[in-house]
Amino acid sequence: MESYVSMYRTMCLIRRYEDRMAEIYTEGKSPLFSIAAGPVPGEMHLAAGQEPVAVGVMAHVRPDDAVTAPHRPHHLAIAKGVDLRRMTAEIFGRTTGLSHGKGGHMHLFDPSVHFSCSGIVGAGFPPAVGAALAFKRQGSGRVAVAFAGEGAANQGTFHESLNLAALWKAPVLFVIEDNHYAISVPKAQSTAIVDNSDRARSYGIPGVSLRGNDVLAISEAAHEAISRAREGQGPTLLEVETTRLYGHFQGDAEAYLHTGEKAEWRQHDPIVRFRNYLLEHHLLSMADDAAIQQDVATLVEDAIAYARQSPEPLPEDAWTDVFIEG
Amino acid sequence: MSTTTARKLTMARAISEAIGQEMAHDPNVLVWGEDVGVYGGIFGATQGLYAQFGEDRVLDTPISESAFIGAAIGASAEGLRPIVELMFVDFFGVAMDQIYNHLAKNHYMSGGSVRHPVVLMTAIGGGYSDAAQHSQTLYSLFAHVPGLKVVVPSNAYDAKGLMISAIRDDNPVMYFFHKGLLGLGWMPSDDWAEVHVPEDRYEIPFGQAQVVGTGTDLSIITIGAMVPKAMKARKLLQPAGIAVEVVDLRTLVPLDRKAIVETVMKTHRALIVDEDYRSFGMSGEIAAILAEEALDYLEAPVRRLAVPDIPIPYSRILEQSAIPSVEAITQAVHALME
Ligand SMILES: Cc1ncc(C[n+]2csc(CCOP(=O)(O)OP(=O)(O)O)c2C)c(N)n1
Ligand SMILES: [Mg+2]
Repeated sequence: MESYVSMYRTMCLIRRYEDRMAEIYTEGKSPLFSIAAGPVPGEMHLAAGQEPVAVGVMAHVRPDDAVTAPHRPHHLAIAKGVDLRRMTAEIFGRTTGLSHGKGGHMHLFDPSVHFSCSGIVGAGFPPAVGAALAFKRQGSGRVAVAFAGEGAANQGTFHESLNLAALWKAPVLFVIEDNHYAISVPKAQSTAIVDNSDRARSYGIPGVSLRGNDVLAISEAAHEAISRAREGQGPTLLEVETTRLYGHFQGDAEAYLHTGEKAEWRQHDPIVRFRNYLLEHHLLSMADDAAIQQDVATLVEDAIAYARQSPEPLPEDAWTDVFIEG
Repeated sequence: MSTTTARKLTMARAISEAIGQEMAHDPNVLVWGEDVGVYGGIFGATQGLYAQFGEDRVLDTPISESAFIGAAIGASAEGLRPIVELMFVDFFGVAMDQIYNHLAKNHYMSGGSVRHPVVLMTAIGGGYSDAAQHSQTLYSLFAHVPGLKVVVPSNAYDAKGLMISAIRDDNPVMYFFHKGLLGLGWMPSDDWAEVHVPEDRYEIPFGQAQVVGTGTDLSIITIGAMVPKAMKARKLLQPAGIAVEVVDLRTLVPLDRKAIVETVMKTHRALIVDEDYRSFGMSGEIAAILAEEALDYLEAPVRRLAVPDIPIPYSRILEQSAIPSVEAITQAVHALME
């Protein structure tokens, strides 16, 4: 388990990364916004505000544990230990990227740390169950963790996967990141009950709902669930309330938000709250904090510079990797 | 297509207007799907409908596609005429059983006694780096399954008329709008698609292709966003003395076989341009029709330009080499004329 300060540092790294991505994403897109323009084209779903769930859970996830992530993956990838340079190069579509520019921001694959993601909502649950089955057969004590938004908990794959995992007693943790919205649709309009953890019960597995976007509470709950899984006691569902500080995607006008809703989320910034906690408990000094901010900024700028300096692919590179060659 | 510029609409606006007008005339027409309400559809196809008709007729759904697409089957059997949107065609995999085993086949399996007047609408196409799960066209996949009509408009005028026909059709209709034709502002869009759209309600019958540019030397047979690209290529080829005819199929099911054969009887050369995968799809089907019905008229082998059986890559450079471009069309025409 990581120290509090190291968890804080990872949260800061994620925040810095997302804030910089938000800036870079606008490059080449003004004065007229075009999704196709700039060094980072396509859709961009940022996870600033959702650091606690990534870091709190991943504090108990080992490099050889498997993680599946949804279309909003950066915080999870960073917390899982995906190489920041190669991930950034992928987002820039460069040859040095995780997928040499074929995948992009919604399709980050890093088998070296057993990380994958998908742009299809709900797609990550079944593969996590399968990975968990493999780990169980191998008797390795490894676990799989599937992350997805609260919107994804209404997808058939969620329900089928919970049942299957329960049946197989698979060492898997399902984590629902409840950021209140699925694009424009609020949870109350998509989900007939308040807490998805209640649904866990109907599949015979433990379900926990956590409010407050609090990294320490999340870490504690994840610790318990992952320990259970490692000990062969099967799956758990963890639903974590969190906040999406940017739009659904960059360029989202967010006309569907209530007035003041975003301001309130920003006021309860989980990073600020965790910093205050660490300062109050003398686990962090102002000087430590300054050093951490400096350190994460350097890391992020290094990754961005690496990506920018990396070569673009050649047109004919599009033809490879459809099948295993040779 | 009308040439007047009196009432130019974007294709997105033309679609939402068609739906709104039909909803106003028929209380059984409902719209549901993800973000179709307050948001107005991610691509604006339901813009304004929520404000006009309210939440009883424009329903935001959970991300439960099997359920809400399947619900259209039961709803249509019991008197409603649902228009169901699922944002991107790439997402249909999660609901495919409801579509290809039920929506498409119930009429047949019931000996003609069950009807499903359903429109499933969705966005297709790439060109803006949205990668392999958000850039496909896949219309051939649906055209392959008997029982589904398949509509792919290339401009606002057709989009409105074809949508009205789709809503009034008692069969299930898959309605595909290309993101690069919608006139969205935040997405590159071909101005060619933004044309005069009459205010009144009009139908465009399915199965009637349109010759959008006449020519005598070679026929480009295509659909959707490849139509304006073919028209640009046609223009570029004029100085070289190559007169290209461009045929916009408008619907894949039913397919205007007659128009396909007739244009080749006239020009004797055919290039099929398709933004779908090359193998086992639209381009192969048209080539087969030409082999079956127009072989004697062909002076050169039929050529195809399509996505070369690779998933759509993310990087701009890679994507540009995957999706047929104006340049690639022009080159293919030159090659065919040699
Ligand atoms: C099967 C499928 N349906 C719809 C979409 C379009 N879509 C992308 S993200 C999203 C909302 C997801 O909401 P949630 O699961 O809460 O995650 P969040 O975006 O809030 O992180 C939708 C509807 C999709 N990608 N895949
Ligand atoms: Mg959400």
